[in-house]
Amino acid sequence: MVQIFDVLIILVVALNFVALGVSRIRGVINAVALQGVLLGTFPLFVHSQIGRRVILLIVVTIVLKGRVIPVFLVQAMREANIRHQVKPVVSFVSSLLLGAVGTGLAMMFSHTLPLTKEHSDMLLVPASLSTVWTGFLMLTSRREAIMQVLGFLLLENGILLFGLLLLEAMPFLVEAGVLLDLFTGVFVMGIIIHHINREFDSISTEHLSKLKE
Amino acid sequence: MTERLVLLALIIAAMSGVPGLLFHRNSTAGQWIAVLLSVASSSLGITGLGLFWALGDSQPITLPWRLPGAEFSVAVDGLSAIFLLPVFLISVLGNIYGLGYWNQTKHPQNGRKLRLFYGLLTAGMAVVVIARNGILFLFGWEIMALSAFFLITTEDDKKEVRNAGWIYLVATHTATLCLFAVFALLRAASGSFALVPFENHGIEPAMATTIFMLGLVGFGIKAGIMPLHVWLPSAHTVAPSHVSAVMSGVIIKMGIYGQFRLTSLLPTPPLEWGAIVLGLGAVSGVLGVAFAIAQHDLKRLLAYHSIENIGIILLGLGLALIGRSLGRADLIVLGLSGGLLHVLNHALFKSLLFLSAGSVIHGAHTREIDELGGLAKVMPWTAMCFLVGAVAICGLPPLNGFVSEFLIYLGLFGTLGQEGQVPFAGAAFAAAALALIGALAAACFVKVYGAVFLGVARSQHAQQSHESGPTMIGALSVLVACCFLIGLAPLLIVPILEMGIAAWAPDLNEKGHRIAALAPLNWITVMGLLLIATLLLVGMWLRARLRKGGVAATVTWGCGYMAPTPRIQYTSSSFAQMLVGLFGWALRPRMRQPTHMTLFPRRADFHSEVADTVLDKAILPTFRFGAWLFSWFRVFQQGNIQTYLLYIFVALIALLLWR
Repeated sequence: MVQIFDVLIILVVALNFVALGVSRIRGVINAVALQGVLLGTFPLFVHSQIGRRVILLIVVTIVLKGRVIPVFLVQAMREANIRHQVKPVVSFVSSLLLGAVGTGLAMMFSHTLPLTKEHSDMLLVPASLSTVWTGFLMLTSRREAIMQVLGFLLLENGILLFGLLLLEAMPFLVEAGVLLDLFTGVFVMGIIIHHINREFDSISTEHLSKLKE
Repeated sequence: MTERLVLLALIIAAMSGVPGLLFHRNSTAGQWIAVLLSVASSSLGITGLGLFWALGDSQPITLPWRLPGAEFSVAVDGLSAIFLLPVFLISVLGNIYGLGYWNQTKHPQNGRKLRLFYGLLTAGMAVVVIARNGILFLFGWEIMALSAFFLITTEDDKKEVRNAGWIYLVATHTATLCLFAVFALLRAASGSFALVPFENHGIEPAMATTIFMLGLVGFGIKAGIMPLHVWLPSAHTVAPSHVSAVMSGVIIKMGIYGQFRLTSLLPTPPLEWGAIVLGLGAVSGVLGVAFAIAQHDLKRLLAYHSIENIGIILLGLGLALIGRSLGRADLIVLGLSGGLLHVLNHALFKSLLFLSAGSVIHGAHTREIDELGGLAKVMPWTAMCFLVGAVAICGLPPLNGFVSEFLIYLGLFGTLGQEGQVPFAGAAFAAAALALIGALAAACFVKVYGAVFLGVARSQHAQQSHESGPTMIGALSVLVACCFLIGLAPLLIVPILEMGIAAWAPDLNEKGHRIAALAPLNWITVMGLLLIATLLLVGMWLRARLRKGGVAATVTWGCGYMAPTPRIQYTSSSFAQMLVGLFGWALRPRMRQPTHMTLFPRRADFHSEVADTVLDKAILPTFRFGAWLFSWFRVFQQGNIQTYLLYIFVALIALLLWR
């Protein structure tokens, strides 16, 4: 069981790299959606007993992260007439390298955290930190507003991973908060994309710098 | 009962401008409602104060408040009562005066805004004075400070007004910052935000001095003590005159109230505190009046006189502090009674002067002294009222300014000490400063009265001016009557002052230290009446002589010229030139004058102006340097979302790696 879990966690980290390295926006959306589905299954491994509430949580997470949000984003892409190619500020190779450096640092850093014995052996903490790092990287190095949304989603995935540690202490608080956050975040960004597009005839956030001063 | 009445009064005052918002901008109904509510509010408030003074009736009200550390705790004591009186009196007079001066039909754009904040200002000041909790105090303080900002910027379509507003806003926030520190430190020392006096060794001396100094700066900015006065002249100048009257008469007194209240909380002070306050008082007084002499703008001139009078009040407070350090009850009584009475007096005569100046501006449509002249003929009532205010502010008998300055003089001479008393002779030098202030003030008002009301009109504005309406003159007359009342019957006000002293220094041994025993106040009444009688007799005699002989009519200020013109008259700068030169080291006058004269001189012009030295030479350069320094931070403002996110990211990583 634990070994399967570790494999899944490694898959999550691998998906981070896919999200950083893929040049098609649809590809990034798919990677983030797949990551969400994987995350959705994690309560199965962390919880010792699986009740109705856990099942419900799993279903909701998978449907939301795996289906609703990606569909929403693809629809936004179609409506806003977005180019299908990512135009990065930092090249794909450098992004991947930075992601790798960040994951390495996350591994090192997670050892310095004051964790309980059972948690410190898990890959959960480094994976979570690495996902947060990737989210930030995407937020700062991609121009398209839709990539910003995806960056936020990655960030939230990372936080959700960390929240799994607290699952036993505070059963639903963390997830409820995360899901709500996520939903609002996507919702707001959707509106912003729409407005940026209408105002500047493009969804590149570069145009927003006109608003400074 | 008192507290309930005062609370009711301040709630009505706060609401007084609200109904007006519902009326059309050209309708005067809202203004009348505001005036009626203001009259109701002030009647209730002053009734409450009367109950307090007559019966000593005071039941503090304490209600719980959700904010941590805060409590809605209010009480009226002798000190609050003295400061509450001008709050209610001047605000209602200002509102009545406003019916003529700032009628809604003449000012449809900003009349409603003005009355809304005018009401809030009154309420805010009342809260400041009755609050017994630091947080409630700060709430009242900020309501007052922000309402005042909106009142100063009533005519915010003018650049001059906006500039004055910004300077005021910066100054008032600096003051609030200091006050936050004051109340935080008080809380640290006492354990609660309640404003109760410390036991004699209940606070570390160093802590007490820090609190006192911060209070001196924070409250001093509001009060307009000399180096901290930068906001005051321009704000008083650009505000509508009845707002200037409230600002000068009442708002800056809130800074003084803060100093009185703070020093009453702290234990017996070291001698230095009193000496510092006394020194600041002397500097504010002398330089305030020196700047006033150099002004050409009627309201700006009056604004500098406010600084001067704040100086006189500080002389009283400094004297009382010295008295407390030395254990000299007579100095405490004389200093406090003089200081507190001057608070009342200044509220009365300075509002009178500002409202009279407003009447001049209303009639002549200019504030420039050099464009006025000869107004006594067309505006006799305004001229009379201004004259009364001028005599009062110069501290001359038989008006009220004399009484308070007399008490302070007595106290300052008392510092020399008689047998068996501890002397502090240094303070007696302040008596010389007070004398200098009085003399310079007299010179200044001779200049103003001569240039504005006497002589002949210098411009079209002055020629076409007209007397103001009954509401304006009515408000002025009430103030004139109050000035005479206190000036002629100071004993009437003594019980009020003694209750104020009892609130400041409850441990004072009252035996043998009554005001009446220390100062011959009954003689002031006698001499005042005699003086008036003599003046009347001389006046009647002169009148009779005029009737008998033939009177030739000619121009004033003829000076023996064959064909005099209005331009031959003394102007405000020529009259003041010698005094401005004497104080040139502080005033830094800028003059442009014709350099060389030939036998047939060409057209030449002369220009002189005195800007505010502290603002122009110290504050503005410092701010400009600060702006230059901070312009380096523009590098960080890229306007790029990704960059901003990177900053957050970097900050997060730095926090993670910290330690």
